[in-house]
Amino acid sequence: MNFDYNEEQQLLADSVRRFLGKDYEFEKRRKLVAGEGWSPQVWAQLAEMGVTGIPFSPDYGGFGGGAVDLMGVMEAFGDALLVEPYLPTILAGQLIARAGNDAQKKAILPGVVEGKKRLAFAHSEKGARYNNARVQVKATRAGGGWELTGEKCVVLGAPLAETLVVSARTDKGVSLFLVKRDAAGVTLKAYRTVDETLAADVVMKGVQLGADALLGADGAALPVIEEATDFATALICSEAVGAMKFACDTTLEYLKTRKQFGVPIGTFQALQHRIVDMYISYEQAKSMACLAASKIDSSADARERARSVSAAKIKIADTCRHVSQEAIQLHGGMGMSEELKVSHTFRRLTMIGQQFGDADHHLARFAALG
Amino acid sequence: MDLNYSKEELAFRDEVRGWLAANLPQDLRDKIANYDELGREDLLRWHRILAKKGWVAPAWPKEWGGTGWNVVQRYIFEEECGFAGTPPLIPFGLSMCGPVLLRFGTDAQKKRFLPRIYNGDDFWCQGYSEPGSGSDLASLKTKASREGDHYIVNGQKIWTTLGHVADWIFCLVRTDSNMAKKQEGISFLLIDMKTPGITVRPLILMDGGHEVNEVFFTDVRVPVENLVYEEGKGWTVAKYLLGHERMNTGRIGGSKRELAKLKEFVAKQPGDDGKPLSEDVRFRDRISRVEVELMALEITNLRFLDQMRRTGQPPGADVSMLKIRGTEIQQSLTELMMQAVGPLAQPFAPSNGDAGFDSFTAGLAPRYCNFRKTSIYAGSNEIQRNIISKMTLGL
Repeated sequence: MNFDYNEEQQLLADSVRRFLGKDYEFEKRRKLVAGEGWSPQVWAQLAEMGVTGIPFSPDYGGFGGGAVDLMGVMEAFGDALLVEPYLPTILAGQLIARAGNDAQKKAILPGVVEGKKRLAFAHSEKGARYNNARVQVKATRAGGGWELTGEKCVVLGAPLAETLVVSARTDKGVSLFLVKRDAAGVTLKAYRTVDETLAADVVMKGVQLGADALLGADGAALPVIEEATDFATALICSEAVGAMKFACDTTLEYLKTRKQFGVPIGTFQALQHRIVDMYISYEQAKSMACLAASKIDSSADARERARSVSAAKIKIADTCRHVSQEAIQLHGGMGMSEELKVSHTFRRLTMIGQQFGDADHHLARFAALG
Repeated sequence: MDLNYSKEELAFRDEVRGWLAANLPQDLRDKIANYDELGREDLLRWHRILAKKGWVAPAWPKEWGGTGWNVVQRYIFEEECGFAGTPPLIPFGLSMCGPVLLRFGTDAQKKRFLPRIYNGDDFWCQGYSEPGSGSDLASLKTKASREGDHYIVNGQKIWTTLGHVADWIFCLVRTDSNMAKKQEGISFLLIDMKTPGITVRPLILMDGGHEVNEVFFTDVRVPVENLVYEEGKGWTVAKYLLGHERMNTGRIGGSKRELAKLKEFVAKQPGDDGKPLSEDVRFRDRISRVEVELMALEITNLRFLDQMRRTGQPPGADVSMLKIRGTEIQQSLTELMMQAVGPLAQPFAPSNGDAGFDSFTAGLAPRYCNFRKTSIYAGSNEIQRNIISKMTLGL
């Protein structure tokens, strides 16, 4: 048994943390969010450090790593509240890596690894809630290729993506397609999310695609969508852990420094117990993030992988809620102010709680897996 | 035991309900239903409609416009307003400054301020909290020194709700810093917000909304006739006022309306299986839990009211219980509304003209964020527990 990161994992996490601590501290991030909403320089730097290449095969320039290799990095992102579309790019990249043929991978993945291309997974639809199978966007054979029509919603990272991986229903079932974001017939309605990332609803009207746009076998996309989403879910669990750690630490600091009735409020036992419970939540969350990442990487049993990820997401959703709510409450009025980073961490944790399925969704999945 | 309202009380409820249905303007009703922000004019418009009817300040003495209703009638009125979805009556004038002046004000102060509060001519805000004095309010530092016929006020207030649109602020200030106890040497001043030396800085909350402010005082000259009660006895006034602040914190009627809305809403939202979310047992159970909490709170509230009516005693620490559970229920309801829309809770603000999402759905997560304030404001729920443990349990 060994819960430590290996030397490479630790070095990478440390260098990402150092970089973000300097170039992404809260006031710098605030400016960035108020402006373009992301930083090409930060993206380039992350690529330079190798972060964009970790979970891709060396055949395409990557490092052939897995979820565990990214845990420390994701924790650092959660701490810094990174708004760049890292997870959307990795998720879509995983779909290509798992379902694509060599030509498709060669055309896209090296660019992702080098930080030149960003991707997004256009999957969610109005009315689908968290069910991966409820895909209505239609793909029909046209000429030698395909035609796509329909609407996707809340596609995270879409405004910054070069290529979208789009799920659509053919007469054989759910399939995946590679679609250039600026292809004719594709319209983006872009917006900021509650946690300050860029996203868009994507409308497709008669989008013409070549035969080589089909990613994987026609009608066979659901299992690969489940797998890649589970991989991304394992990563977001670690991101949540990093954000929770910040929320706990900054609240502890506040309890030690904020004085009322002539003493630090951390001397009140009622509040001491509350923050102890926050740290218990954090530790439990961290454990489940370890479980999810490690099983995703190393378990040969598909059921065990899925069960571990759902178990982790249930715990993460509950602890995101507990830690974020308590962090605000223990800060009092200051916690409500957008001037404090902790209120932004609250928003991020709230959204992570629901991303890739909320606790109810994963409870149902966990129970169904037996 | 009989948990039901009397025939007379039911008749009163029907009268209030009927009148509200006929007199709440549709555009205000829509704004409330859509969770739109209400501006000063919206709030004052509803205030004036109620003032014209004679129902804006039920608890005041009849000579100043009160209705003469007993505690149960007042409760029924407030709950009916909540259930109908009226704009809130901003409490700073009607439920705070007004009662303080009625209890402690001079005749001249009453004549000058009460009719204007009643008619909605002046919009008031509250100058209590300071950066270093929140839960420990009595440690406040804003200073007022006497100079001839004026007090010269210097210092800072924080979390001043609607201070940016207010005409007047009532403030706790320190007029004597040499007292043994921090509760002594505090005075209660009424300050015209147009007085030179006052600056208001917005404090944006995490949902992006502007409702609270910081208010800075630099050599602000306040005529001595604006002192309420005796100099140095402001804490007596403050304690009286805090009792009033906590009178209507159960918000049963408003929560009932939100619950009904939530049930209607989830019947139209798809669950994972495509069937209405209202048929999802997990989600439905969570709604039922909140409904049961709300039923328990309503009956508890009625029990306290019954006691008050029979003993004639003010509610005391019991209202702290209503504040704690009432705010927890409000927060649960906003959380369930956000969770009901699943992934669609994520959009926040359009980056260009075409939003691509409806503003009601996009408003649900910010509303959940905003409602975290309810367990913090008006005496945090931790302070409410301190009050119960000290006053009720003698710990």
